[in-house]
Amino acid sequence: MTNEQLKQEILRISNVNVTKCMKCGKCTASCPAYDEMEYHPHQFVSMVNNGDIQPLLNSDSIYRCLSCFACMERCPRGVEPAKLVEAVRLMAVRKQGANRMKAEDVPCMLDENTPGQLLVSAFRKYSK
Amino acid sequence: MKVTYFPGCTLKNKARDLDEYARKSAEALGITLEEPETWQCCGGVFTTANDEVATKLSSVRLLKAAAEAGQSLVTVCSACHNVVKQTNYAMANDSAFADRVNRYMAEDAPYTGETKVYHYLELLRDVVGFENLAKAVKKPLTGKKIGAYYGCLLLRPGKVMGMDDAENPRIIEDLIRALGGEVVIYARRNECCGGYVSAESPALAKKNSNLIAENAASAGAELLVTACPLCKYNLEKNGSSVPVVYFTELLAEALGLKEDAND
Ligand code: SF4
Ligand code: SF4
Repeated sequence: MTNEQLKQEILRISNVNVTKCMKCGKCTASCPAYDEMEYHPHQFVSMVNNGDIQPLLNSDSIYRCLSCFACMERCPRGVEPAKLVEAVRLMAVRKQGANRMKAEDVPCMLDENTPGQLLVSAFRKYSK
Repeated sequence: MKVTYFPGCTLKNKARDLDEYARKSAEALGITLEEPETWQCCGGVFTTANDEVATKLSSVRLLKAAAEAGQSLVTVCSACHNVVKQTNYAMANDSAFADRVNRYMAEDAPYTGETKVYHYLELLRDVVGFENLAKAVKKPLTGKKIGAYYGCLLLRPGKVMGMDDAENPRIIEDLIRALGGEVVIYARRNECCGGYVSAESPALAKKNSNLIAENAASAGAELLVTACPLCKYNLEKNGSSVPVVYFTELLAEALGLKEDAND
């Protein structure tokens, strides 16, 4: 896919209007995964706008987002960066054989208190 | 009052306390929780992608079952609540999405978001009323310094969840006051513990959980209350110096129901 096609696909999945962003950085300042991310929420917005999707697809940043919706809540322009992160992550894991988490990974994650909620949530985010 | 009650998968297993105390307390407050005969896991997290249909069907079926019973739907786990409520919002406000879901389900009557969804906390505030609840308290939590831990899923996205002011909530603090406890406010009460990322990056979950627990401890909290099994797990696993309990356990304790729960 061309950069423009990738961009249109992300916009279609996320339904986000990236042109509303005024580059204030409040989303990134709110992000509790900031230190662990190579690309931050405001960069997702500008990189999607520029059709620069490939580096996002290849970055672990898409697996560090907690889906905590802080960036969505605190954006003064209603841009909803978390929906872009979700769309890029889905584009990555929807590829055949690209599951980030596999059933074999589970046993070593478990301890006696691990809630089912953790496993179903992680599978929904990291696998297809 | 009879309501449809959705416990969700984790309340049948690691978070039995959250469920048992919710049931005992509702009974004492005159609310009948009716669990549907069959239900499926909500999936734990809502997918914001609008081309995802299959992952949202279990919530739609549940919402439809409540509509058919003519009842409101009550959830207690923060994650279930977030998924079910966001799905209901999409069914009510995104007609193209609702149309796709209804075609997929191919049932006689379409569903378009009619069911009223309450979190158990909202049931206490809006149906029982915190003033009435305070009158039903038998063993007030006098002298206990308690911090509310909201996390992310109960409140956000604020325009969809509509429970409270997402940036300055008070519903759990009001519950603590109604139960006779002393409220401790701290800055990180609505920040994320790390959630499911503890499967992928335990260090990130640890860092977030520790920031929250240390912030609550330094504000003087002796106890944290939550509605989320994953918040409780992440805080405890990462060594919170402040004990974490489910809000339903505190409720049952104050209503004098705790000794005979779980038997
Ligand atoms: S939803 Fe993801 S990107 Fe947005 S603030 Fe939370 S962790 Fe950061
Ligand atoms: S908070 Fe909103 S407007 Fe500000 S940089 Fe982030 S997306 Fe753009």
